[in-house]
Amino acid sequence: MSVEMKIDGPEQAQGDQTGAQAVLGYAADRPEGGLKVTGAAPYAAEPCPANMAHGFLVRAPGLGKVRLTNLEVVQGMAGVLTVLRDDRMIRNAAQGTSEGAPVQGVDQAEYVGQPIALVVAESFEQARHAALALRVDTAGDDLVVNPQDAVAADDDIDETAQGDLESAFASSAHRIDQTYTTPSLISAAMEPHAALAEWDGDKLVLRASLQMLKYSRTEIADCVGIAPEDVRVLAPYVGGGFGSKLGICAEAVAAALAARQLGRPVRVVQHRRQVFEVNTRRSETTQRIRLCADMNGQLTGIGHQALVSNLPGEDFAEPVLQATHFAYAAPNRLLRREVLRLHRPAAGSVRAPGEAVGVTAFEIAMDELACAAGIDPVALRLRNIPRNDPESGLPFSSHRLAECLTDGSRRFGWSKRPTAPRQQREGEWWIGTGMAAAFRVNSMMEAEARVVLSAQGVRVETDMTDIGTASYAILGQIAAERLGHPLSRTEVILGDTDLPPSSGSGGSFGAASTGTAVWLACEELRRMLAGRMGCDAADLTLKDGYALCDNRRRAIADLLDGASVTGHGRVQPGEAGDKVRQATTGAHFAEVAVSDMTGEVRVRRLAGTYAAGRILNPRTARSQCHGGMTWGIGMALTEALIHDRRDGHVVNRDFEAFHLPVNADVPDLDVAFVEDRDDWLGPLRAKGLGELSICGAAAAVINAVHHACGVRVRDLPATPDRVLEGLV
Amino acid sequence: MRPFDYSRAADADTACTAACAPDAAFIAGGTNLIDLMKLEVLAPSALIDIGHLGLDQIEEQGDDLRIGATLTNAELAADHRVRRRWPVLSRALLAGASGQLRNKATTGGNLLQRTRCPYFYDTDTACNKRNPGTGCSAIGGEQRNHAILGTSEDCIALHASDMAVALRALDAKVEVRTAGGSQRRIDLADLYRLPGDTPHIETCLAPGDLITAVHLPAARGDRQQYRKVRDRASYAFALVSVAAVVGMKNGRIDHIALAFGGLGTLPWRDPDIEALLTGEVPRTALFERAADTLMRDAEPQDGTAFKVALGKRVLKAVLTEVTA
Ligand SMILES: Cc1cc2nc3c(=O)[nH]c(=O)nc-3n(C[C@H](O)[C@H](O)[C@H](O)COP(=O)(O)OP(=O)(O)OC[C@H]3O[C@@H](n4cnc5c(N)ncnc54)[C@H](O)[C@@H]3O)c2cc1C
Ligand code: SF4
Repeated sequence: MSVEMKIDGPEQAQGDQTGAQAVLGYAADRPEGGLKVTGAAPYAAEPCPANMAHGFLVRAPGLGKVRLTNLEVVQGMAGVLTVLRDDRMIRNAAQGTSEGAPVQGVDQAEYVGQPIALVVAESFEQARHAALALRVDTAGDDLVVNPQDAVAADDDIDETAQGDLESAFASSAHRIDQTYTTPSLISAAMEPHAALAEWDGDKLVLRASLQMLKYSRTEIADCVGIAPEDVRVLAPYVGGGFGSKLGICAEAVAAALAARQLGRPVRVVQHRRQVFEVNTRRSETTQRIRLCADMNGQLTGIGHQALVSNLPGEDFAEPVLQATHFAYAAPNRLLRREVLRLHRPAAGSVRAPGEAVGVTAFEIAMDELACAAGIDPVALRLRNIPRNDPESGLPFSSHRLAECLTDGSRRFGWSKRPTAPRQQREGEWWIGTGMAAAFRVNSMMEAEARVVLSAQGVRVETDMTDIGTASYAILGQIAAERLGHPLSRTEVILGDTDLPPSSGSGGSFGAASTGTAVWLACEELRRMLAGRMGCDAADLTLKDGYALCDNRRRAIADLLDGASVTGHGRVQPGEAGDKVRQATTGAHFAEVAVSDMTGEVRVRRLAGTYAAGRILNPRTARSQCHGGMTWGIGMALTEALIHDRRDGHVVNRDFEAFHLPVNADVPDLDVAFVEDRDDWLGPLRAKGLGELSICGAAAAVINAVHHACGVRVRDLPATPDRVLEGLV
Repeated sequence: MRPFDYSRAADADTACTAACAPDAAFIAGGTNLIDLMKLEVLAPSALIDIGHLGLDQIEEQGDDLRIGATLTNAELAADHRVRRRWPVLSRALLAGASGQLRNKATTGGNLLQRTRCPYFYDTDTACNKRNPGTGCSAIGGEQRNHAILGTSEDCIALHASDMAVALRALDAKVEVRTAGGSQRRIDLADLYRLPGDTPHIETCLAPGDLITAVHLPAARGDRQQYRKVRDRASYAFALVSVAAVVGMKNGRIDHIALAFGGLGTLPWRDPDIEALLTGEVPRTALFERAADTLMRDAEPQDGTAFKVALGKRVLKAVLTEVTA
């Protein structure tokens, strides 16, 4: 039995139907937090089975045909078991939900840094030493690595147009036409990509650091050439993913192949410098944005043209325009994206693919329009909120941008702001404020979960991952709430493909999708308990381990009579997507100081107000937003992967040279949520939240820089030299 | 990492003798050396740990200060005498690296830290400093943390230390013990060598030479400043830094010492700027000339071109503030 649901229309039940336990929506602790901070939670590379061998990936130092010139020497080095060169090794990580192998092969280096061999040895040090000793020659092919040297092929171009942008632009009262660039970016999660492969006969057990197990299971099966049923993937704890662990990664495939060949467990951990090149980066973008408006600031035209890149053979293309399609109303629209084929490390999903860079550039452009038109930036946005999706005409399932803008500006004290730039000065520092809206598409994915109820309490089981996002906490809260148990008697088991397949973690859909599956599984159990109580499920109250209805109260354990019962839930996206436009929105406000002497920027305040459906746990929700806003600061001021102009390799492959914001760069972050009850989400009414807070946060900072000192930075990040260029 | 021998020297003599062996290296805090060994940029066959030689003392000698070579950067920055009388040194130290690194990093190791040129750390690229004669990947490649002063056609690597910049402005001397047991004291200025066509030779030290202490004379100016501009608020090397030690008399600059980070292939000091400023009444036009003098021989690449304007601007601002 199972309770299944397809989201085809609005939820009929009224209200939040939370339950009586009062744990959902509360700031519960993360149940696994203690294990993580004390080192007791085993991450992928931590178990050490007997006889385990260690692998180290070897990178291609150049482009083109690969030749190893001292293979025999390396094979004879101390401790070396094998130098694996297998055509099934993968060029780069699989894209999310691809379910098949990505491009495979080791003979041809298509980007510098591509893994072209795995050295396996008795110890990690021996493997690394031998890997570094291996001499790899490449033909040194002259492949295109820079955007300015590439032209998009016809089938790499997407365009949608409505009305006539050119004439609207020409006849408008106010207009801007500017080009913005964002660099390649990377997530470089705290836990490097790691895998431990063990074979039991023809069956592979893979411990790995991955986000979406059901897909990755199929991907590695396809890579290695076995059936998905013969693979079990385990990822109970994942130290961050941000998209880079959506698909199977190079070390996992190599570990599986080596373990099979050697008949021993093999562990492969990516070196931090490999994390920066063999997974997926966020594509650099060049975005030309044209906006035109009438006297009142009503947009009459929107043009957004983006250049992004990827390796040949990758079908992912940074969806830069994703939010532009629905963010603002304007009758004349031209949206165009071109994908350049560059021999840089593969591009893929990085936290909020599309909006993170697309909304950022667009919201800088909106600020430029506000300045050009002499309209307050908040007012400009309020004036252009669409009633329906501007392109399809579909209604929004819910739209709370106006509340985010007005509540957010009140919280921040926006009205106190001087209109013109360069008005406030403290010593050498210019002070200014800026804002930007936030947009992110919302999606629901197929997900299943199982909930077991027994005298011991509640146990939730699904292959969902917790990548630092609090899946353990919120799935437990949902089940505890629906089944009337305290959290102390609720257990959550995750990260094992032997359990029901969930949505996995990605695209901010994990909590809403898998959470709904858990809700539905509980629904089945509630119906069963109601049957045993002889009442309607709707009239049943479950609290503290008791069932109540019609003035009767019985311990749930008594109703179970010593047995345990299992509920199954499954949710699928239905026709909702064809009937409504669904998104999350928000507003960012920033205050910065800019040194007139050096061009250094310090963020003094950053505030975000978000509408993202029901907030399941305000503590973990806020924590997600802190992370996203911090990413925004990094995107605005410090982060960029630098590609060598000659061969495209990533030059800054460590945390010393790739500048994440550090504590001193991040002020207190203010997070607020506005009520958002979207009926088109199933009974849980939760939307995605993990990514929204990046989308536009960087624009608020960049706009504040302009307000502070009058310098408009259009090439991110706004490092001191770029700000200074405008100051001198 | 290549297998290596590790020994804990019992006394300085044994340490120096052991370090004369081919491929041997001293290890102090290890914050730079171990990273380089993991990447096999360096592959010493023997490490001689100097952490137990009692070189971590700090003592007053008259008005001067003698700083042991293995005193940590954290301890040195926190020393009350340094904070009071050589505040520029304390500030420079605290502007460097991170709290964790400063707890390990030592005086001697900081002086001898290797450049942060990313190609130097990438054994798959050509680098004259790492592999003499192979070429310089930074020239014609990507530059940012690179020098614009004292560069050569063979190397534009920056000396990245903050501490050494302050020490140069303070006329520090370095005490060196040689394998033969003799001691010598050299000006910090003479410790370093310009890259020329031998960028792999960075100092005048011979194999077995152990830095035992840094000698800090009484500061000649009571106005001291360290200003560091970087790509993020903390935990980043300097794009440009300026250490200034100034004494004023009757409204004139009586004495001035200026040293620069982020600009030079070694901790940079330019006597011409100081000569130009000494005895003068502080004024904008004078500072402009000082800034032009600093950059008169600058040879930036496209990635470091911004340092010319930034360096001038920071120098002018520091001079304005410190002479006010
Ligand atoms: C991520 C990161 C960021 C950093 N940021 C900064 C920064 O912003 N500013 C800054 O100034 N520095 C910075 N550093 C560099 C740091 O200051 C140096 O790594 C540190 O000072 C080196 O000292 P150590 O004792 O650890 O040296 P070690 O690594 O032990 O040694 C370095 C070298 O010096 C030699 N050596 C050490 N002691 C002696 C001695 N007494 N006599 C002779 N030879 C000796 C060793 O053989 C070795 O070649 C940073 C480092 C890292 C890793
Ligand atoms: S600048 Fe010096 S250290 Fe850097 S690549 Fe060139 S030679 Fe090597």
